[in-house]
Amino acid sequence: MAAKRSSQKLRPIITEHWDDPNLFTLAGYQKVGGYKALKAALKKTPDQVIELVKASGLRGRGGAGFPTGMKWGFVPKKGDKPRYLVVNADESEPGACKDVPLMLADPHLLVEGVIITSYAIEAKEAFIYIRGEVPEAVRRVSWAVKEAREAGLIGRNVAGSDYSLEVTVHAGAGAYICGEETALLDSLEGFRGQPRLKPPFPAVAGLYAAPTVINNVETIANVPFIVTNGAEWFRGYGTEKSPGFKLWAVSGHVERPGIYEAPFGITMRELLDYAGGVRYGRDVKFWIPGGSSVPMLTAEHLDIPLTYEDLAAAGTMLGTGTPMVFDTTTSVVKAVTRWLEFYKHESCGKCTPCREGTYWVVDILQRFEQGDGKKTELKLLDDLSNQIEGRSFCALGDAAATPFPAAMKYFADEFDLATKTPVDKTFDPAATMLKSPVAV
Amino acid sequence: MLHLVQSYQGWVSPEGIEACARVLGISPAEVSGVSTFYTMYRRRPCGKHLIGVCTTSLCGMLGGDAVLQDLREYLSVDENGDSPDGMFTVEHIECQAACSQAPVVTIDWEFFQYMTPWRMHEVVADLRDGKEVKPDRGSTVRGFREVEKVLAGMELTEPTQPAVDDAMLAGLMVAKGKAKS
Repeated sequence: MAAKRSSQKLRPIITEHWDDPNLFTLAGYQKVGGYKALKAALKKTPDQVIELVKASGLRGRGGAGFPTGMKWGFVPKKGDKPRYLVVNADESEPGACKDVPLMLADPHLLVEGVIITSYAIEAKEAFIYIRGEVPEAVRRVSWAVKEAREAGLIGRNVAGSDYSLEVTVHAGAGAYICGEETALLDSLEGFRGQPRLKPPFPAVAGLYAAPTVINNVETIANVPFIVTNGAEWFRGYGTEKSPGFKLWAVSGHVERPGIYEAPFGITMRELLDYAGGVRYGRDVKFWIPGGSSVPMLTAEHLDIPLTYEDLAAAGTMLGTGTPMVFDTTTSVVKAVTRWLEFYKHESCGKCTPCREGTYWVVDILQRFEQGDGKKTELKLLDDLSNQIEGRSFCALGDAAATPFPAAMKYFADEFDLATKTPVDKTFDPAATMLKSPVAV
Repeated sequence: MLHLVQSYQGWVSPEGIEACARVLGISPAEVSGVSTFYTMYRRRPCGKHLIGVCTTSLCGMLGGDAVLQDLREYLSVDENGDSPDGMFTVEHIECQAACSQAPVVTIDWEFFQYMTPWRMHEVVADLRDGKEVKPDRGSTVRGFREVEKVLAGMELTEPTQPAVDDAMLAGLMVAKGKAKS
């Protein structure tokens, strides 16, 4: 029954061949039609490729959802400066787990997308910035680039055309902030990864002050499919404002966590159903649609279609589109404390509201976790969040200001309780765990 | 370049900073500023194997906290996280963006999923005995310095096996009607 119902909503497109044991090789990728899109793209002019992606309505999958074709169109084609493509493969948002799997399972899809995108924006050099904590992704993508180069798909005269391209794989060194696009550029140039003041935007002055497009891995992976099948086909999935399909990476207290590919507009209830439901038949307490940087929702929001527009209307965001699910055994105070500890650790220190704000918020939240919070401090936490939000240099500050107010909106009573009782007394940590702790 | 220093020395030492500054023609302070910014650049030597236990929200609550606490006791690590025999350095790490596989542990940045304290004991014992330890996706655990060569771009090896796991195929299997119950 479940399987039959599932086949109605799930649409494995990017993931269609991930169970093919040879997909990670060039030969395996070509066997399932790989690099045909590149050849088709090279028959078009670069501007025609940009127009095609604009018409498809593809939006960035890194979190902000900016229209990809428009981003490409911002890059000036005239001028003597080189143009660059930079791929943001620094996936480190708590909850996100889609780009790394894509690079592990199907590295050539990324490489093909990189070549097509570079051709469209007329870049002669592309960089793939992979987070350093995933050496296996570095290995696989580097090898895929080498295979593509040896097959004449990268280098001089790509696939026999007049177009030439070099692709470089770069490993990061552990900094969440480098997922912010201008911080990523600074990092790639060899500096500390701190965000730059915008404007100028990267499309005008990006890497080495030259026009640069920065795209997320999943965004790039959509491009070959759009080239092959056309904009109308792509728009046949999802909604008008959120066209296409998405790697929904479901994590947390579900029976079968993992990647479920489906068009935009699927609901969390449906995704939960495919993921086998909440483990042990328990209930959802709260869930987050797209990474810890977007506000949480509760069980009453399970039927909201997962689109940019519907989630914005519900006061949250689609973000990375990687839902985390927490069941009723979870302490929301503890979850929020941990996220803030994360933002404190990852704050780059450039601007004061984020650097100092996260420090004080964590200090207070940790006391709540111990059952030592004071009621007056709830107001203080709210003030601090307000001081961080909108006053920080980059989106990391805004993100850090997100979890607490959202949690207070739905679970104020738990913070009240944490003024008297340590959260581990209210919520047994062993019950929250994935497996029963026999040996602990 | 700092990854290269670590592949040679196991940490970013003062002479490593000097060497980078000399080669690049910049001041040691500039190199130092970069190396202290990034979490993966180590400011003191670590054991042969670097074990990172993720304790950000999801991993921590799904068992990462318990794994970390247990492992510290099991290996009798000191306040720096070093085991007395110099084999292991244990530390908590922030989100590895693999939340579908929580709780996550990395050993020399190779990936282990759904970790439990008792499985951790087995893995550590195997590493101590010099047995081959395969992570849940990717290449055999070989030591911190070895993996730094990959990150420095100094070592390119051909992958021979797919690196695909159940979580990555979860939706595909449901769509194909092959989901495990």
